Amino acid sequence: MLSAWYFVLVGALVTYAWRWAGVVLSGRIDPNSRAMRWVTAVAYALLAGLIARLIVAPQGALAETGLWVRLVAAGIAVAVYFLCRRSIPLGVAAGASWLIAVSALMPSAP
Amino acid sequence: MTPQASLPMVPHMGDPHDQTWISDHGSPRGARLAGMRAAIGTPALVLGASYLGFGAFVHQAGFDLWQGLGSTTLGWALPGQIALVEIFAVGGSLIAAAIAVGLANARLLPMVLTLMPILRHDDPERKPRLAHYLSAHFIALTGWANAMQRCPDMVPSQRLPYFLGFTTVIWLSTVIATAIGFHLVSVLPAPVTLGLVFLNPLYFMLLFVADLARRERGVALVIGAVLGPLLHLVSPDWGLLATGLIGGTLAYLIVEQGRR
Repeated sequence: MLSAWYFVLVGALVTYAWRWAGVVLSGRIDPNSRAMRWVTAVAYALLAGLIARLIVAPQGALAETGLWVRLVAAGIAVAVYFLCRRSIPLGVAAGASWLIAVSALMPSAP
Repeated sequence: MTPQASLPMVPHMGDPHDQTWISDHGSPRGARLAGMRAAIGTPALVLGASYLGFGAFVHQAGFDLWQGLGSTTLGWALPGQIALVEIFAVGGSLIAAAIAVGLANARLLPMVLTLMPILRHDDPERKPRLAHYLSAHFIALTGWANAMQRCPDMVPSQRLPYFLGFTTVIWLSTVIATAIGFHLVSVLPAPVTLGLVFLNPLYFMLLFVADLARRERGVALVIGAVLGPLLHLVSPDWGLLATGLIGGTLAYLIVEQGRR
């Protein structure tokens, strides 16, 4: 098997290539142009899609928790965030605590 | 700790030159320290917790400690790192790893493209310099979302120092957390590990709730959040890119329509 170092280096190169391309292009596009407004919309849609996917269809061990457990965790996080004067740490802590509690009490939650 | 909540909402339209900046940290040095202070606390803790999970994951996948640290320092951006380690763990090829990381991290291109002009707002040169190429390495979700919220209001010469202060702190915290997670792999109870891994999406979600109020971002965020899981069902590989392109274009058209 190839050393994991090759994977680490390929991953680093591919990741930096996107960033590098972003810097190169940013010197050529007018920040106030319509093209840039479109790119901004694409960036926000992509990130929202990524986050929704991390919650609805996660990879790895999280996939074994029930979808409803994760959705309720997200709901609790948003509710606590607003109830506690837009506190991100309290929202995050509340949502994660719910997930930990459910997985500890119901190891095979549907 | 929600510093952005205390800032008044100011529309960023019109000529940027006749604007007084409502966020002034005194000097570039002051801005760097402000960035570091903003990162210490929730951002560093949440990202650190996520990378505890990553450190444990690379251990199980057969990386050694240095390879795990190499990924976090050089290939920094969690979804791509996870894709990389998954493919290595199942014995996939280098090409498969390159494609998976490329797809998972393609979002970095529009992110850099939108943030970089804000960071170098008063730069007389159009061509990017070495400092910009190096700074781009630190553009990832947390630092990007924070800078997109804070920097447009900031004195231009202070933006890059603020961003670098913020991101070097969270980057360091992820490096340290990778090492700790690598050693904790067998110690943490499974439910706690799950909770740590889930901190990250919850945190990202709440980060963007603050952006919902800005119409040109909010529309794209809502459409993306709906399309993301749906298109993932259609194609796990290409769903995310399609979400960005289709959802972003749709949001752009809706917002442009509203401007008229």
